[in-house]
Amino acid sequence: MTLIHEPDYGTPPVESATTARVTIDGREVTVPAGTSVMRAAKEAGIDIPKLCATDSLKAFGSCRLCLVEVEGGRGTPASCTTPCTDGMVVSTQTEQVRGLRRGIMELYLSDHPEDCAGCERGNCEMQELAVTTGAAEVRYGRGGASHLDEAPDLSNPYFAYDPKACIACSRCVRACGEIQGTFALTVEGRGFESRITPGGTSFLDSECVSCGACVQACPTDALTEASIISLGMPTRSVITTCAYCGVGCSFKAEVKDSADPSAPPEVVRMMPLKDGGANEGHSCVKGRFAYGYASHSDRQLQPMVRESIDDEWRVVSWEEAIATAARGFTAIQATYGVGAIGGISSSRCTNEEVYVVQKMVRAAFRNNNVDTCARVCHSPTGYGLNQTFGTSAGTQDFASVEEADVMLLIGANPTDAHPVFASRMKKRLREGAQIIVADPRRIDLVRSPHVEAAHHLQVRPGTNVAFVNAMAHVIVTEGLLDKEFLYDRCEDVDPYLSFISLPEHAPEATEDITGIPAEELRSAARLYAMAPNAAIYYGLGVTEHSQGSTMVMGMANLAMITGNIGREGVGVNPLRGQNNVQGSCDMGSFPHELPGYRHVGIPEVRSIYEDLWGVPIQPEPGLRIPNMFDSAIGGSFRGLYVQGEDIAQSDPNTQHVEKALRSMDLVVVQDLFLNETSRFAHVFLPGTSFLEKDGTFTNAERRINRVRPVMPSRVGKDEWQITCELATAVGYPMSYASPAEIMDEIAATTPTFAGVSFARLDAEGSMQWPVNAAAPHGTPTMHVGSFVRGLGRLIETVYVPTTETTNRRFPLVLTTGRILSQYNVGAQTRRTDNSTWHPEDILEIHPSDALMRGISTGDIVSLASRVGSTTLRALVSERMPAGVVYTTFHHPITGANVVTTDNSDWATNCPEYKVTAVQVAVANASDAAHIGEVVMADPADSAQSAHDGRRRRRDRVPS
Amino acid sequence: MTTVWVPCDAAAVSVGADDVAAAFEAAGVMVRRNGSRGMLWLEPLVEVEQVGPDGTIQRIGYAGVAPDQVPAVLDGTAESIGPVDDHEWLTRQHRVTFARVGVIEPTDIAAYQQRGGFAGLRHALAQDPAKTVQDVTDSGLRGRGGAGFPTGIKWETVRTATSDLKFVCCNADEGDSGTFADRMLIEGDPFTLIEGMTIAARAVGASEGYVYLRSEYPHAVATLRRAIDIAYAHGWLGERIQGSDLTFDLHVRVGAGAYICGEETSMLDSLEGKRGEVRAKPPIPALEGLFGRPTIVNNVMSLATVPAILANGPQWYASLGFERSLGTSVFQLAGNISQGGIVELEFGVTIGDLVDGFGGGTLTGRPIKAVQIGGPLGAYLSPEQFDLELGYESLAAADAMVGHGGVVVFDDTMDAAAMARFAMEFCAKESCGKCTPCRIGSTRGVEVIDRIIGAPDDGVRRTQLTLLDDLCTTMTKGSLCAMGGLTPMPVRSALKHFPEDFGVMEES
Repeated sequence: MTLIHEPDYGTPPVESATTARVTIDGREVTVPAGTSVMRAAKEAGIDIPKLCATDSLKAFGSCRLCLVEVEGGRGTPASCTTPCTDGMVVSTQTEQVRGLRRGIMELYLSDHPEDCAGCERGNCEMQELAVTTGAAEVRYGRGGASHLDEAPDLSNPYFAYDPKACIACSRCVRACGEIQGTFALTVEGRGFESRITPGGTSFLDSECVSCGACVQACPTDALTEASIISLGMPTRSVITTCAYCGVGCSFKAEVKDSADPSAPPEVVRMMPLKDGGANEGHSCVKGRFAYGYASHSDRQLQPMVRESIDDEWRVVSWEEAIATAARGFTAIQATYGVGAIGGISSSRCTNEEVYVVQKMVRAAFRNNNVDTCARVCHSPTGYGLNQTFGTSAGTQDFASVEEADVMLLIGANPTDAHPVFASRMKKRLREGAQIIVADPRRIDLVRSPHVEAAHHLQVRPGTNVAFVNAMAHVIVTEGLLDKEFLYDRCEDVDPYLSFISLPEHAPEATEDITGIPAEELRSAARLYAMAPNAAIYYGLGVTEHSQGSTMVMGMANLAMITGNIGREGVGVNPLRGQNNVQGSCDMGSFPHELPGYRHVGIPEVRSIYEDLWGVPIQPEPGLRIPNMFDSAIGGSFRGLYVQGEDIAQSDPNTQHVEKALRSMDLVVVQDLFLNETSRFAHVFLPGTSFLEKDGTFTNAERRINRVRPVMPSRVGKDEWQITCELATAVGYPMSYASPAEIMDEIAATTPTFAGVSFARLDAEGSMQWPVNAAAPHGTPTMHVGSFVRGLGRLIETVYVPTTETTNRRFPLVLTTGRILSQYNVGAQTRRTDNSTWHPEDILEIHPSDALMRGISTGDIVSLASRVGSTTLRALVSERMPAGVVYTTFHHPITGANVVTTDNSDWATNCPEYKVTAVQVAVANASDAAHIGEVVMADPADSAQSAHDGRRRRRDRVPS
Repeated sequence: MTTVWVPCDAAAVSVGADDVAAAFEAAGVMVRRNGSRGMLWLEPLVEVEQVGPDGTIQRIGYAGVAPDQVPAVLDGTAESIGPVDDHEWLTRQHRVTFARVGVIEPTDIAAYQQRGGFAGLRHALAQDPAKTVQDVTDSGLRGRGGAGFPTGIKWETVRTATSDLKFVCCNADEGDSGTFADRMLIEGDPFTLIEGMTIAARAVGASEGYVYLRSEYPHAVATLRRAIDIAYAHGWLGERIQGSDLTFDLHVRVGAGAYICGEETSMLDSLEGKRGEVRAKPPIPALEGLFGRPTIVNNVMSLATVPAILANGPQWYASLGFERSLGTSVFQLAGNISQGGIVELEFGVTIGDLVDGFGGGTLTGRPIKAVQIGGPLGAYLSPEQFDLELGYESLAAADAMVGHGGVVVFDDTMDAAAMARFAMEFCAKESCGKCTPCRIGSTRGVEVIDRIIGAPDDGVRRTQLTLLDDLCTTMTKGSLCAMGGLTPMPVRSALKHFPEDFGVMEES
C-alpha cells in the first residue's frame, strides 16, 4: 500500500532483430540493437541522471545531464541519444561527466526558485539530481537574469503552469505532440528567452484538450495537478480502470489517507498506468481529471422510498428499501404474472454486478426480461458481427492500429469520444498511414494538425448501407477483392458477389442517395481494398440507425472480401461508448442471451445455469427495453429495476419513455445520483462509484481489466450485494463472499471466460477474451486462421431507406454525438470542472442553413421534430454539411432526446438517434428566456404534466 | 555601342551601383549587370569593354564610380584601374568556385555554358552515380560550412541509404559575421549552385532539393529564383534533365532570421515548417534528414565547387591545397580592413598574407590587434600567429577554426573582454534554447564576464575566472551542437591572448 513509481527507462523500447552486448560501468547487458545507452543502463540497474528524457517520449538530448563516456569514442555523448552497438564499453561516472553534470545542474539551479514548491511537495525530479550531482552551491549567484518573476497560468481548472519552475526541457511540448497528437504546446522565443507556451495564450483558451500528458511528463513543479497543490502528495496507489468510455484506460488512483481512520481516503489524482494494455500511459480529460463526481455533494448515499412519484422521498434503512422493492415486485408478479417485471443492467457497472442483475432477473424474477443500455448503442454490433463472424465483439486490440496502413473510420469521432485511442490513430497517421472518414460532419480526424484524411465521405445520415454497398460494389466489380481469402474462409460468397455487383449498388447509382460523389467513393474503395492492411473502426454513427445491424454486416462484408480479417492491422472494430458495454453484453444482459452470447432457447446452455442455480430458466427471450416501455404503456409490464442508466434522458423519444415509466407500479432506480429516471421511481437504491467497486470491466478490445476499490463503499454496501439482497428478498437466495467468487461462477459457466479469475488478473494483468485452454493468455486478434463460426458469412445487405424523412415542415436532419469534455448523459462530467469547456449543449448548423433562417452563432434557437421540440444555443459551423444539424445530449436541460423518434434498428431495436427530421428557427423572445425548455408534442402526455406541457428539467434533490 | 558592366551584387548596390547603372543607361550605352569581382573597396567597380592590344575585348575598371562620374568614364577622362582581369588582387588568387562570379551576368545561361557551365553535370549524367560520389571523395572536398566533414563520405551515406525519397539541401543561411561568400556566389553565379545540387541529386538518387536562404539576402533570393526558372525553361531542372532519366526539382525556402537555422538540423526543422531547433545526432541527416528521409546537407561553397571537380577531375582539385585541406578556400576579408572582399586561394595561405598582403592592413591604419576567423564563434588570433597556414588541422591545432572562411580584422582599439562578452551575448540571443549549457550558460557567461571586467579585486576576479573556465568546459563538452560548443572558443582565445583586457595582469 504505497505509492507506485513505475520505472522510467528514459527512452522507449526498441525492437530489433539483432542484439547488442554492452558493458556499462563494468556491468554487461544485452539489449536490442539500437536501444539507447540510457535504457540499457537502466536495464543493468544503473540510473543515469536525466531531466529531458522519459521513456514515453522519443529521445531529445536537451538537458545534457545524461552525458557519458564511450571507450574509443569522442567527447561526452548524451546517453539518451546514443544507441548501443555491440561491444560498446560505457562509463557513466567518470570524473569528467560528473563535473559536467554538476556544471549543468548549477546552471539549472541558477534559474530556479530557491523555495520551489516542488521541493516541498517532492514531485520534482530536480531535487534529487541536485543532491546526486553535488550542485548544491550556485556560484552564479541569484542576481542574474531569471524567469523567477513570471506569473503562473491558473486558467485550467485541473492543472497549473508555473513558469518559474519550468526548465524548458520540452517534455510537455513533446508529450502534447508525440503522445496526445494535439500540438497545443510549443516553445516560443530563442536562447534564454525560450519559454513553453500553449500557443501564446492561456491554457484554457488554447488548443489544449487537458489530457494531462504534459502534466504527467513534466519533471518539475511547473505543470502540476491543481489537486496536488490543494491536497498535497498522495501516499498510496491503487491500480484500477477508468469508468468512462470503452477504451478502458488503466490508472493508478493516487490516494491520500486521512489521519482520521474513519474518514474516507481522498483521491489526489488519477495517473495513467504505463503498463495499461489499453492506454499505455495515456489518458484524457475525463479519466485523468473528471473523477470529482464520486465525492460530489449530489451523491445520494442513503436508500429512499416513496409511495407515489408525486411524494417527497423518504430516507429509509437498507432493509426497508430492499423489502419495499421486493414487496412491490412480488405483488406485481402475483397479480400480473411473472413477466410483468424486469430489470435493466448497466454498462457502467462491473461484469460481476451485471452478472448478478441478469441472474436476479432470470433466477429470482424467473423471466428473461433483462436488457442493458447497450440496447441503445451497440446492440447491432453484437448482432451483426455474430451473424457474420460468429462473435459479438471487435476483432482487434487497440495496438493493432499501429500496423494499419489505411483506416476506414465510419460514424465515429474518436478524438472526442475515445480520445486515448484517437491519439494512437493520430500517431499512426503521422507515421504515414491514411484515413478515410465517412461522417456527415467534418470531425477532427478529417483535418487537424498533422492529420489530413485521404477522403472525407460526407455520407447523408441514414444512408450508410447504400454507402457500404457501393464500396463493396467497386471492390468486387473492379476486381480488387481477395479471392483466395473469400473462397477459403467464407461462405455464401457467390450469391453475395452477384448481389453486390448489381448496378443499383454502383457509386454512380448511390450518389444521389448518399451524397457521396461517385469518383470520390471509387477512389476511397480502391484505397481501402489495395492497402496491405486496412482496418475499419466505427461508432454509434453506424449502429444507431434503422439499418444499424445491416450496416455492421456490410462492414464485415467489406473486410471479408478484401481479406482484412485475422491479423494485426486489420479487422472490424466497434468503438464502444461506455466503459463496460462489451462486458455487460458478454454477461448475458440481453433478453435472448445467457452469458457468452448463448441463446436462451438452447437447452444445453440453459441446463448449465439451471443446474447451478437450481431454478428453471425460461426458454423464450424476454422483453427488450422498448418492448418494456410499450408493454408498460399497454399495462402488462408494471415493475422495473434500473441499475445505473438514466433511461429517461438517454433513451429516444423522451415523452414515450416518461409515459411508460409513469405507467408502472414500481420503478426501482439504483444510481449515484437522483436523475431523470428517478423522478418516476418509488425506490431509490444508492449505487457506488468506480472508486468504490471491486470487479472487472471489459473494454472495446475485449480486455478484461481489474477495477479495484480505492475506498470502501460510501453507501455501506457493494452494488452486487444489493442486487443479491433484493433477489433474496424476492425469494431466491443469492449470496457471494466476494466479487472474485462471482467471476469464478462466470468462468465456470462461460467458455470464453474459462481461464479468467481475479487471481490471474491480479498476477498477470489484463486479458482479452476468449481466455480458455486454446488461448490461456487471451486473444488479442480474433478469427486468425478461421472464424469463430467456422466460415465467415457474407450476408446480402439490402438498403432500405429510413422512414424518418425530411419534408417541408422538417427539412433538416438532426444527428447527435459526443463532445470531449462531457460523457454520455453528463451525470458524472457535469458534476466536475469539465463543464468549463461545455456548459451547455449546442446546435451546430451549416452557414447556409443558418443564413436562410437568420441564425447567428450564440442565438437561442428552437429545434423541433415530429415528436417534440426544445431550445438551445446555435453554433454556425462549416463542420456541418448543408441540411444536417448536430447536437449532443450531455445536458438534461436541453433534452435533445425529446426530439428523437421511436425508429429503431430492425434487428435489435437500437434507436435511430442519428436521423431525426427537424426544423430549426430563431427562438422567439419568450423561448429565448427559457433555454432548455422542452415541449412535448403529445397533448395527452403534456396534460399529465403538472406544468402545462412545459417544464424546466432539473435534477430534483430532496431537501 | 559601348558595353559597360555595372555589378548588381548587393554590396555594390549598397554603395550606389543601381544609380550608376541608370546613369549609364541614360547616357545611351549598353549596360550589363555582372556579379561582384569581390574587390569590395572598389565598388561600384564599373568595367568598360574595349578592344585590347591583342584584339580581344578587355574590361577596363573604374573604381568607386558615382553617377556624376559617368561622362568622365565614357569619355576616358576618369582614372581607370586598368584591365580588371589583370588586377593583382585577382591574378594572385586561384579562383575555382568563384571563377565566373563578377565575370558574367548572373542569369545568362548561355554565358554560363560558354564559361564551362554544366560541363560537370554533363559528366555526372554520363557516368555511374557511384563514380560521381567517388570523384567527390577523391577530390578531398570537405564541408565549407565550417565542420569540414568529407563531402564524398556524406554523399556515399545518402547514396547507399534505402528510401522512397531523398533530398539535397543547400545551407545558404550564411549567418556568420564577416562572411558573404554564399551570398556573392548566389547573386553572381547562381547556376553553379544549381548545377552542383543537381550533380548531388544525380549522385545520391535524390529527386527534390531545397535551398535554405536567409531572409536578409533579398537580392540573392530574387536572383536564385530567377535562375531556377531559367534552368527549368532550359531543361536543366525538372523532369528528365537534358533527356536523361534524372528528375530533380529545386525550391528556395527563405529563413526567418534565426542564426541557429544555419546549423544543419535546425535548418531541416525550419524547412519542415517547424521552429528551428537543433536535433540530437544520431540519427544523422544523411540517413534521417528532411522529413525523416536521407538528406544531403551541404553549404553553398561545397556544392558550388562540385561542378568544377566533375569537369576537371578529382585529381586536379586534390592537387591544390596542403595536408588534408585540399582544394581552394574562399576567404572573406572583413572588419577593420583596408581592402575587404573575396580571396579564393589554395589552402595553406598564411593569415598574414591574407590580412596584410590582400587586405592591406586595417582601414584605420592602426596596427592589427587580432583577427577572428570562422565567424562569431571562431577564435581570436593575435599577430604572433599570422604565420599560421590556413587549413582545417593547422587551425584546430591552434585552438581555432577555418569555419566558413570569414576573417574579421580588429585594430588595437579592440577590447578583447568586450568581444568575449559579445560572444556569450550572441549565443544567449541566438541559441535555439534547446540544450541547457547553451540556453542558460551563455546568459550566465555574460554575467560572469561582466563580473570579471568589473571585479573590485583580484580575488573576485580569480573566482569568476575559475567559474568562467568551468562554464566554458560545460558549454564546450556539454552542448548539443556547435553553437554552444564553440561559443567558448572566442572567449577563451580572447582571454588567452589578451588577458590584460580582462584585468588580468601577468603575475595573476
